[in-house]
Amino acid sequence: MTPQAPSPTHPASLLRRYLFTTDHHIIGLQYLTLSTVAVLIGAALSLLMRLHLIAPNLAIPGHGPILPEDYLALVTLHGTLMLFFVLTVAPQSGIGNLILPAQIGARRMAFPHLNAASLWITALALLTLLASTFVQGGAAISGWTAYPPLSAIASAGPGQGLGMDLWLASIALFAVATGMSSINTLTTVIRLRCDGMTWDRLPLTVWSWFTAALLSLIAFSVLSAALLLLLLDRHAQTTFFIPPGDLTSGLLRPASTHGNGSPLLWLHLFWFFGHPEVYIAILPGMGLTSMLLANFSHRRPFAYRAMIATTLLIGFLGILVWGHHMFVAGLNPFAGTAFSISTMAIALPSAAKVLSWLATTWRSRPHLTTPMLWALGFVSLFVTGGITGPILAQPILDQYLHNTFFVVAHFHLIMAMAGIFGLVAAVYYYFPLVTSRLLSETLGRWHFWLTIFFAYNTFLPMHFTGLLGEPRHYAQLTGIPNSAGPFLARTMSLQRHITWSAIGLALSQLPFVWNILATLHHGPVSPHNPWQSTTLEWHPALSPFAPRFPHEDQEKIVVFRPPCEYGPHQDAFMPQWQPDPASNEKPE
Amino acid sequence: MPAIFTPSDTDRKRPHVDDGDHGSGRRPPFDDGLKRTGGGGDNDNWNDRPQGRRGPREKLERFRLGLFFALAGDLMFFVAIVSTFFVTKSSSHFDAYDHYINEWLPTAIPRILWINTAVLFLSSVTVEFARRRMFHQFDVMEEWFGLGKPTSRRALPWLAATIVLGFAFLAGQTVAWSQLDHQHVFLKTNPSSHFFYLITYTHAFHLLLGIAGLITAVTGLVVSKQIENRQILVDCAAWYWHSMGVLWLFLFILLAFFQ
Ligand code: HEM
Ligand SMILES: [Cu+2]
Repeated sequence: MTPQAPSPTHPASLLRRYLFTTDHHIIGLQYLTLSTVAVLIGAALSLLMRLHLIAPNLAIPGHGPILPEDYLALVTLHGTLMLFFVLTVAPQSGIGNLILPAQIGARRMAFPHLNAASLWITALALLTLLASTFVQGGAAISGWTAYPPLSAIASAGPGQGLGMDLWLASIALFAVATGMSSINTLTTVIRLRCDGMTWDRLPLTVWSWFTAALLSLIAFSVLSAALLLLLLDRHAQTTFFIPPGDLTSGLLRPASTHGNGSPLLWLHLFWFFGHPEVYIAILPGMGLTSMLLANFSHRRPFAYRAMIATTLLIGFLGILVWGHHMFVAGLNPFAGTAFSISTMAIALPSAAKVLSWLATTWRSRPHLTTPMLWALGFVSLFVTGGITGPILAQPILDQYLHNTFFVVAHFHLIMAMAGIFGLVAAVYYYFPLVTSRLLSETLGRWHFWLTIFFAYNTFLPMHFTGLLGEPRHYAQLTGIPNSAGPFLARTMSLQRHITWSAIGLALSQLPFVWNILATLHHGPVSPHNPWQSTTLEWHPALSPFAPRFPHEDQEKIVVFRPPCEYGPHQDAFMPQWQPDPASNEKPE
Repeated sequence: MPAIFTPSDTDRKRPHVDDGDHGSGRRPPFDDGLKRTGGGGDNDNWNDRPQGRRGPREKLERFRLGLFFALAGDLMFFVAIVSTFFVTKSSSHFDAYDHYINEWLPTAIPRILWINTAVLFLSSVTVEFARRRMFHQFDVMEEWFGLGKPTSRRALPWLAATIVLGFAFLAGQTVAWSQLDHQHVFLKTNPSSHFFYLITYTHAFHLLLGIAGLITAVTGLVVSKQIENRQILVDCAAWYWHSMGVLWLFLFILLAFFQ
């Protein structure tokens, strides 16, 4: 039923078509562009920090030496950019917009204008954040968690003035935009599925986006409330988070304003957001990994329904574990035990996912294509980063480990690296869909092996420096007086190893950049559906930049089967939109 | 006549209000006695609905669902604030002389809040009248056939009344704030007054958004050419308004009795 003469509907101006558009594919690419800007800056900042740790006296051309407050500003900006603008934006909004509607057989998002609005608010948030580095008093230095009381008092130190205000404003804008886009995602998945796309036929990626959107809606709303209270503390002389007593020796705060608040309150509100936030960052990668492993192993994901259930369960339990970030913050020990138990509980569905990934690939003779390698890399990093989770979840062990580099190692492996691996897998996998060109497999392999080698070399040793006592957010490890000095000095050889590995990790991305640029220019043209995928984004009528027709002419999209059905032969695969098996054989 | 009924014809789980919709899926939803505001359209006309745009009924439900999620997020926002309220209320500290001190001094609620609450309740009634007018069967069909805009004509006065009542509520809140001002109770005075102002301010801000929504709906009634869009505007503005009313009821009870 494809129409004979293609007649694209809106020959709008270029600006309307590629910039101020409501087309979700373009919006997805725009989100990815935002994230690319953020990841480049964020990575550059992290290299500066690493260099400073091994060469504290090194001067930055045009800036001079890195002062302790500069170092803290670097940490803060790095964490904020990476967690919010890369790991939240790119998988959920970027890849989500690009792929999600097609995967449910829809040609649009539920609210295209809302979609565009959230994109532009996110862009504004990014600009606000970047602008905060140029204001008087410097950028915020409180880390991505912005703990009061220091963050509540403008005179508390460098970066706590206008820089902090802009940081809070940026995150507030980001929260609004994320809330809007999750409303869009949820409504789209619920209302716009095509005929036959029942809930248990939804690809696991869609389930992940759906769960992450639910989490975003809940978590970011609570964060907004917390941000509002903090802004009031800063500007309207309230004392929600400001404790009694002269916390800053009477110099910074007039003695008349003595608070009755508690910084612990901020910790509760923040981590009620913060823990779900880390799952928002990783869930889309988990979904994609499940689907890629299945596709390249030519099998249905092991225990498909259980995987849907664990996705939702991870989402639900993720709301109940926030206290594990507060074991040493003055939490009631009984509450600590409760949070410890709920945290151990979340390790169960996470482990179930890992088992399903292993069972799906086990002895399946998978096609080790580049996207598959990155998905396997995701599994590896998720396991390595994950096993330290239950260790940190013991309040008694966390007494020692909290605020050390052990935690930094944990979350960089499980969240930062696994998240990036999921994203890169998505880029290799969907590149032919978007550009009709295949990225070079050889370069892809080099990129993969170099990246995973340097990723482990960068982040595994952090466990050891953490165990040796290296604290987080410390600008300098040499020349420390008293007994801590020799301890930290002992980590210096490891520090050098980490820094050089980090530089190697950054350089390993060059093949990737080259691969993309060269392929865009003169890469091999990809056949349709090069990965023999069964999900709807590869439906010819749904490909992202196919010409659009007036609604009446559009081919009706119907789904007949669950995703990932393959025949017994190597090349037999049954896309969801295919009415009956291609061959005479029945599916297994 | 087919001799065999194929499963796809008989498998329908529940009878559909839209069976026999002769509007080729474009009939606007109206209230036909089966469902208060529903029926019509071709939402789950599984077998032969036009692809892509699936009719006005679907569109209405899509917007309602979007609004529902927006309100769910908003609810979490207030849940966070209310839990902070209880935590702050019950937290105390030791002073320099080892006295255990709780600084919470309940803020006396200005009487006028009772009147405001009544006004807000009334406005919910008027907005519900407006909303139901938009789905009145005869009027909707007439309008669909192009015979004037009876639904809009009938809903408009009710919407206007709601806007007036909304502003009356906000004016009443302003009076309450200035009364507290006179008693030297400000936002910064006491933990309890922090919350009094925080809660009333944020609720007032949400109500302002609601008034903006109502004004948009009124504009839509005049400007918009399609009955289904007019229905959506009024319907969503009304549900939002109701939610803010119910929310206020909770917040008011919290402020009046749980300090
Ligand atoms: C097996 C499941 C997991 C357990 C039991 C676990 C446990 C913990 C615990 C107890 C902490 C607090 C350590 C401390 O601050 O002293 C922590 C920190 C952290 N975890 Fe996990 N975790 C798990 C999985 C994950 C996942 C899947 C992610 C992200 C995708 C993640 C991201 C983080 C981050 C970002 C932090 C540090 C936050 C900060 O202080 O800045 N964790 N984890
Ligand atoms: Cu956590």
